[in-house]
Amino acid sequence: MVNRLSRRGVQDWLAQRVTAIIIFAYTFLMMPRLFCPHLNTHIAWQALFAHTWVKVATLLTVASILWHAWIGLWTVFTDYVKSAGLRCLLQILVILVLAAIGLWALLLMVQ
Amino acid sequence: MATQDNRTMTLSISRYCPGEDKKPKLKDYDVNLADVKGQMLLDALLHAKEKNPDIGFRFSCSEGVCGSDGMNINGVNGLACVTRLDELPDKVVLRPLPGLPIIRDLIVDMTQFYDQLHKVNPYLKCKKMAPANKERKQTPEERNELDGLYECILCACCTTACPSFWWNPDKFLGPAALLAACRFVKDSRDDAKAERLDELRGAFAAFRCRVIMNCVRVCPKGLNPTKAIAELHKEMVMTDEEEAS
Repeated sequence: MVNRLSRRGVQDWLAQRVTAIIIFAYTFLMMPRLFCPHLNTHIAWQALFAHTWVKVATLLTVASILWHAWIGLWTVFTDYVKSAGLRCLLQILVILVLAAIGLWALLLMVQ
Repeated sequence: MATQDNRTMTLSISRYCPGEDKKPKLKDYDVNLADVKGQMLLDALLHAKEKNPDIGFRFSCSEGVCGSDGMNINGVNGLACVTRLDELPDKVVLRPLPGLPIIRDLIVDMTQFYDQLHKVNPYLKCKKMAPANKERKQTPEERNELDGLYECILCACCTTACPSFWWNPDKFLGPAALLAACRFVKDSRDDAKAERLDELRGAFAAFRCRVIMNCVRVCPKGLNPTKAIAELHKEMVMTDEEEAS
């Protein structure tokens, strides 16, 4: 009998790929602005983020990064950290850091 | 490089005898290839063993079919019997397959490897009895689905080259077992596809593959376990969607 740990493998696998596509799409759309001098100004960025869809897209991307990072780090910890206590501690720290980043992004977008 | 006939090869063999040694250590054996009967690394090993009978390694068919003589050859897993001497440098470091307990010298305990294989039930599961005095038939297309999956000789070169197996040998099934799982999932005669896939849905069994592809690099039969694992992942996602709809 295989150790199944519920259906988490399929869900994580799918989530990693979907979030990667979202992160790539956002980066692909935003990156050119960094190389256009007239679009890479404070006023131009402010004008862009005045649109609700940009805020939603940004929050969606941040959520994708957090989810993607969590799956990746959970995998790394379960591979390399064999002490259950230390692994639990590291996972709590990662959750706190990711939650802080998520909250920070949310506050920035609703301002 | 000297010609094959008068070339001297140094076999640096990992020696370990439980109870005598605390840890494995390399010991050099010079072999004059002119004295070796055959062209393969196994032949050189057998020649060295004639003078040093206590060197421990497994072998049987000597032609890449039984998969007994898997070992780590200059850092890469492979079968000694299909590794040509003329393709090796003058110094060859031989270690046991990594990631498994060493019994002696180049002999490893394969229990963990076989345990993982048994978990995928590597045999046909049919709900109906076969027609009396007849075989279960497949179309040529259905049979072709098994190509690249059934040829595995269970030498363990792939699984013991996989870092995911090194880190989680009890949870991650490893490339060889997953190749076998894919072989039966793809078999048109098997009636347990959903059950087989359900057993692999956890976070470790099949999904701990990180596509490092060491398994593909070392497989002496030229198989592609990474592709088979990707097929299993795809099948699991598709059956999940079918169940939901």
